Amino acid sequence: MSARYDCIVVGAGHNGLVCAATLARAGRRVLVLEANPRIGGAAQTREFAPGFRVSSGAHLLHLMPAELIRGLQLEAHGLSWSARALPTTAVALNGAPLPVSAAGLTGADAAAFPAYSLRMRRFAQALVPLFGKVPPRLGTTAWSDRWSLLGLAWQLRKLGRRDMRELLRIGGMNVYDLLEEHFQSDALKGALGFDAVLGTNFGPRSPGTVLTLLYRLAGEFAGGAALSQPAGGMGAVCDALAKSGSAAGAVIRTDAPVARILVEGDRAVGVELRSGERIAAATVVSNADPKTTFLKLLGTRHLDTGFVRRVQHLRSKGLAAKLHLALDRAPQFSGVDAAAARGRLLIAPSLQYLERAYNHSKYGEYSQAPAMEITVPTYNDPDLAPAGKHVLSAIVQYAPYALKGGWDSQRDAFMKTCLDLLEAAAPGLGASVLRAEVSAPPDIERECGIDGGHWHHGDLAFDQFFMVRPVPGAAQHATPLPGLYLCGAGCHPGGGVMGIAGRNAARQVLASGDARALPA
Amino acid sequence: MKTLPAANLPPHFKRPLLETPFHARARALSQVDSFIPWAGYTTVDVFTTVEQEYFAIRNGTTLYDLTPMVKYRIAGADASSYLNRLVTRDVAKLKVDRVQYCVWCNDAGHLIDDGTLFRLGEREFRLCTAERQIDWLLDSSIGFDVEISEITDEIAALAVQGPTSCAVLKSAGLSGIETLKPFEIGHFTMGGKALMASRTGFTGDLGYELWMSPQDAEAVWDGLMEAGRTRGIRAIGSQALNLARLEAGFLMPNLDFVSAEHTIRTGRDRSPLELSLDWLVDFDKGHFNGRRALLAERRRGPRRQLVGLDIAGNKPAHNALLYAADDGKAEIGSISSAAWSPTCKRNIALAMVDAPRFQLGSVVWAEIYLNRELVWERRMSRAVVVERPFFSPSRRRATPPADF
Repeated sequence: MSARYDCIVVGAGHNGLVCAATLARAGRRVLVLEANPRIGGAAQTREFAPGFRVSSGAHLLHLMPAELIRGLQLEAHGLSWSARALPTTAVALNGAPLPVSAAGLTGADAAAFPAYSLRMRRFAQALVPLFGKVPPRLGTTAWSDRWSLLGLAWQLRKLGRRDMRELLRIGGMNVYDLLEEHFQSDALKGALGFDAVLGTNFGPRSPGTVLTLLYRLAGEFAGGAALSQPAGGMGAVCDALAKSGSAAGAVIRTDAPVARILVEGDRAVGVELRSGERIAAATVVSNADPKTTFLKLLGTRHLDTGFVRRVQHLRSKGLAAKLHLALDRAPQFSGVDAAAARGRLLIAPSLQYLERAYNHSKYGEYSQAPAMEITVPTYNDPDLAPAGKHVLSAIVQYAPYALKGGWDSQRDAFMKTCLDLLEAAAPGLGASVLRAEVSAPPDIERECGIDGGHWHHGDLAFDQFFMVRPVPGAAQHATPLPGLYLCGAGCHPGGGVMGIAGRNAARQVLASGDARALPA
Repeated sequence: MKTLPAANLPPHFKRPLLETPFHARARALSQVDSFIPWAGYTTVDVFTTVEQEYFAIRNGTTLYDLTPMVKYRIAGADASSYLNRLVTRDVAKLKVDRVQYCVWCNDAGHLIDDGTLFRLGEREFRLCTAERQIDWLLDSSIGFDVEISEITDEIAALAVQGPTSCAVLKSAGLSGIETLKPFEIGHFTMGGKALMASRTGFTGDLGYELWMSPQDAEAVWDGLMEAGRTRGIRAIGSQALNLARLEAGFLMPNLDFVSAEHTIRTGRDRSPLELSLDWLVDFDKGHFNGRRALLAERRRGPRRQLVGLDIAGNKPAHNALLYAADDGKAEIGSISSAAWSPTCKRNIALAMVDAPRFQLGSVVWAEIYLNRELVWERRMSRAVVVERPFFSPSRRRATPPADF
């Protein structure tokens, strides 16, 4: 086993590819190992029916910072947009749809919305600096940690007395109470509340959901992009990342599942593939989720019990399913005009509806009336389906990982629930379905190798944010084992196709001086 | 994974303290009715007088009921690697039918507990501990093929300690016991009862510990009392043992250190380096809990250190604060265990002092408070940092031991 690489990145998800490209562009010899035949992880474009392709996970890009896209020259490496600045519309199950924007509202809500948006914007912007940073450690004397904490305090102080007081008041609140304070329309509250619980194991009445909403908003500001649809689906983002990395010299191998991380003298020294092949490197960076990385690939014998305990306690059971439909004609959502149909459609007609949907998941059931984020990507990108045909992609919540009775016997019933709901929102849609597919969390676990099938590699919640994400002792990308780093969504700032975790991890690796196997 | 056995007992609130299988015998011999709770059992603190019992340890044979000692069975294909990750010593070096004194730490390299580890087979161990800690042991087993169960009440345990203990055991029918080396385990029968003996103990003297089924406990006790009748046998309580262990330089949990799982205030945890247990820490065996933290501590050097003290005068320096000079201005540590040693004829103590300032031979000053018929006197006594153990007779290791 000879040291041919400076860094091995385990997993070619978007964060792994961002990390690899960043390291390669800094002159490191990088090898990316992907278990699947294709790169992308949960950010792929996949053919799910002959001629029909869909983003297998997230279907809209809005969190990846513009400077990251520029810095890695993704547009020069093939990334283009089929649509940008897409609108969000709350689909009504009976009645008229509601555009979620100041222009679409009437009455008291129209008056309240600008002030609400402005204030939430200000709060979210105070949190934006968190996203570029590696979280500080507490209790150290390092100035980098102190500056980071001071910077955060300054951002909050800068809000001024009234806003700071308001932020402290609402910071621990639930989004249900917050929205009840501001608005009257159930449809508006449902749509705004949906963003607070999307991808979290929370209902709108769960404590801390205002924070998850602010966090999402801050991520969007940090990303600087409105809702965008990459041409060719989410897989195109990863393809561009891979090209950017390859152009800088990174080697990407697919069909190369890593069996374990090799340790010698209390240091990560490489990996062993399932084939038995061993590859040495000065640094191993894992894009896998924390549980997979520590409990499966590394093994607890190289870690301390307290740390293992924290990893084990990480809440990382997925709750969102993905629904893909191949349609032989364009779906007609009641009252939704052509411009709105190209954008993001929400089925979350009220906060009560969301809370009821959540109730089921608490007891290990899927929602009888689930909430959905729907896109019809073929409006903006007809190449994703045969001519004249369409693809519908929906994130469906709640679909708990540990479904009572198991997913295999209930996937069809869940599918029917989803189709019935869509039929109510878009009459006639059911008759146009050529092929339907559901990816429940266990499917995501199997396909992407994410323990628990959680898109974010762990709930985004107050106790799993920032300097305690994923767990204390690994929140600065470095792990307790020298030479092993984390770069996935399990790290701050978390999941969504964002790429910041990958970039920050690369920066930490470079700063540590660990990354070289041999003199350059 | 097996957890705690469901004990077939009345509800706990009806019997807050359990009785050990030796309780009826102990009750019959108790002259001063001095019982104390220990790990959920009622046990004897003093049978007659501390002095009588202490001198029996050093001159005859003593029986000490250590059934309440918490015992865990740890077995499975990964038992050895599991334990090697748990404790700081190299368990791979522990042979079958041997015993190791060991300590284990949390992630920060702070002591959770100390105890004795018995290797009963290639894949089977028994860990005897001061505190219950099934949660730590089970959490440590994540990723290991190992079964852990508490077996404290399934085994009666009796310490047989003192210069004549080998002769007593031999006479009681444990033939071949004289060949047992220190820290070795042997299997014997006594009056038809099977028992396991280990040459281990907490007195620093010649001695053994017997491990048996609870229903054989009284028969074994009676057999030993009979065999020891002419060899000065005596049942002892915890106070006499505590004096003997201090002479032997052994640490007492909750007196000389507090488990890192129990401390509330920051800075009260202790590392094995601070407790002068460096010899138990094997940095070369691979990873173990706390290794990275202990390596860092070794690099910068521990900031305090457990030492033995020889103190002027004959007044035990219980809980005394220590100073750099007799003006009592600069406080540099405190005493955790202290006694007048009847055998060494020295005023001894275990103390935690600032490191690396105070080494072997350093002089410190102990502030001793004496209550003389309700009038308190304060005395600054000169103390010297000395070698431990304070008392270590050659009979402790002699094999075969002297016959009596």
